[in-house]
Amino acid sequence: MALRMTMGNEAAAMGALAAGCDFFAGYPITPATEILEEMGRRLPARGGVFLQMEDELAAMAAVIGAAWGGARAMTATSGPGFSLMQEHIGYAALTQTPCVVVDAQRGGPSTGLPTLPAQGDVMQARFGAHGDRPAIVLTASSVWEAYAATRQAFALAERHRTPVVVLLDAVIAHMREPVEIFDLPPPGRAPWPGSRTTKPPFGRHPFAPFGGGRDPIVVTGLSHGEDGLPTTGSGQAAERILKDSITAIAHDPELASGVEGFYLDDARWAVVAYGITARAAQAAVESLRAAGVPVGLLKLHVLWPLPEAALIHLADRVDGILVAELNLGQLVMPIRAAVAGRTPVEFVGRADGLLLAPEEIGARLRTGSGSVVTEQGGRRDA
Amino acid sequence: MPKMGQSVDRFLRREMLPTVWCPGCGNGSIAQALAMALDRLGTEPKDVAVVGGIGCSGRTPFYMATNALHTTHGRALAFATGLKLAQPDLTVVVTSGDGDSLAIGGNHFIQAARRNLDITLLLYNNAIYGMTGGQAAPTTPVGAHTTTSPATGSVENAFDAVELAMAAGATFVARTTTFDMQEMPVFIERALRHHGFSLVEIITQCPTYYGRLNHIGEAPAMLLWERDMTDAQAGQHGGWNTGIFREESRPEYGDQLRRRQSGGGA
Repeated sequence: MALRMTMGNEAAAMGALAAGCDFFAGYPITPATEILEEMGRRLPARGGVFLQMEDELAAMAAVIGAAWGGARAMTATSGPGFSLMQEHIGYAALTQTPCVVVDAQRGGPSTGLPTLPAQGDVMQARFGAHGDRPAIVLTASSVWEAYAATRQAFALAERHRTPVVVLLDAVIAHMREPVEIFDLPPPGRAPWPGSRTTKPPFGRHPFAPFGGGRDPIVVTGLSHGEDGLPTTGSGQAAERILKDSITAIAHDPELASGVEGFYLDDARWAVVAYGITARAAQAAVESLRAAGVPVGLLKLHVLWPLPEAALIHLADRVDGILVAELNLGQLVMPIRAAVAGRTPVEFVGRADGLLLAPEEIGARLRTGSGSVVTEQGGRRDA
Repeated sequence: MPKMGQSVDRFLRREMLPTVWCPGCGNGSIAQALAMALDRLGTEPKDVAVVGGIGCSGRTPFYMATNALHTTHGRALAFATGLKLAQPDLTVVVTSGDGDSLAIGGNHFIQAARRNLDITLLLYNNAIYGMTGGQAAPTTPVGAHTTTSPATGSVENAFDAVELAMAAGATFVARTTTFDMQEMPVFIERALRHHGFSLVEIITQCPTYYGRLNHIGEAPAMLLWERDMTDAQAGQHGGWNTGIFREESRPEYGDQLRRRQSGGGA
């Protein structure tokens, strides 16, 4: 297998194509634009549809419309565009429309730092749309992982009939790493598994789009039951569908296993990190390990649903956890809630467009919770 | 007036009746005209998708036995764009109101007209926001009373959807009224047969809000008001011209994209 220098955004596009994506609608925005351009180059040649829309609201709307037209559909954006997409992400969730959104995060809020990285959309990816809904959010800390996460997102979107978000950041999106040249499947649209002849169109039943000789159905953003017809008198039927979906996602073993441990067997303190920050965290851990300090890293590939079991398992074994992220404290909140006092949870973060340096993480890891992790693995007051 | 028989009935979703629309609302007439036009087109409900926005007009898909995509406020055209490109064999009709298409969705309206994708927009223009209770719309005539322009009447200039669509490059542009049930299904059928973006603006009555707040009266009086506002002197008294204003052939957007596909990319 030959290696090729590949940009993270290009890898995300390739991951989508590998998953069978045949429809892309988007709007230019730094640092996600290369995904748009890459899809614009590759999709038509594969018989797919590439569409540059008038804004991100329209892009997300077109993606949902395309999904109901039978396409494996995706869009890509960054912070300001991701904010504009929130209403339609909620619509896709309530209408159980499988689709994928890649958000290459940049510094915010507002126009913020268009070319600098951030991890500030972590909570928005989960809670940005109004109302309650299931959510699946993946992330990547290398070019290869940008490929793998985007590819996986399509399978998860289809399995759970929900929009899946892939969070990149400006650095992962724009950096180049050598990766094996990706093999793409032959062009063509795989049939959707759902059949409406025996199953209702909504609920825990496979997705079946319009057309293909199927009986017509109603799709609405109004509260509805499994038959799809609006039920404005009471939201119980819709609530049941949402709860079933949230439960199924929470118990999906593929999502629960979306973590990776480094040096955790005998670690006294562990850093929890994801995306670009996980790389700095890994460097920090390796540096401290070289000095004989027993620290480890739990790297998250899945942010939502939060891999709670893995975090609790970790919390039961270590003297403390340091959460490192490029924001002023986002994922640390649900991590603290999950850990529920089993061990101290410290935080290190920044939102000025600069990356957390390994030294910055290492220093905090060494002096976690006001004490110093010694080479012997014990703790003493700082 | 053509009879509404069994063949028109097959386009109506009976289990959703009665509608949410007020007594005397014009939307039922439009839904009926759409069913008649689809029937004359010789298509089947499963081969049609009706895409609605938010507002009274946006509820139309619920009453059609076709595929129904009831979307978000202002964005129905963007949903329809993705749907039509992903499945070109579907006949795609968008039902949207004047607030939906010309205020919150104004950008999507002009962009859809510009693209010339083969979808039909039925723009229900009642010159007011009905579902939220009678607020001013971008189509509310100067001086007309709404709950958000109560004392003086509206002081904002109104959009002319036909002129807007023509300027944006729409290839089929027509306007009719719910007063003229002979003309409306004919225009809708012609729009459906047109290969490209087609707009049929339909002046329709909202007796509950527009009629009451402007002292026009109930539905029969409003239909006569529509007749008078669209007469031969419409240009002189601030009314609306009706007719088919443009029907021309230009490359259709989906065809253009597919040509690029078969060419193996740019």
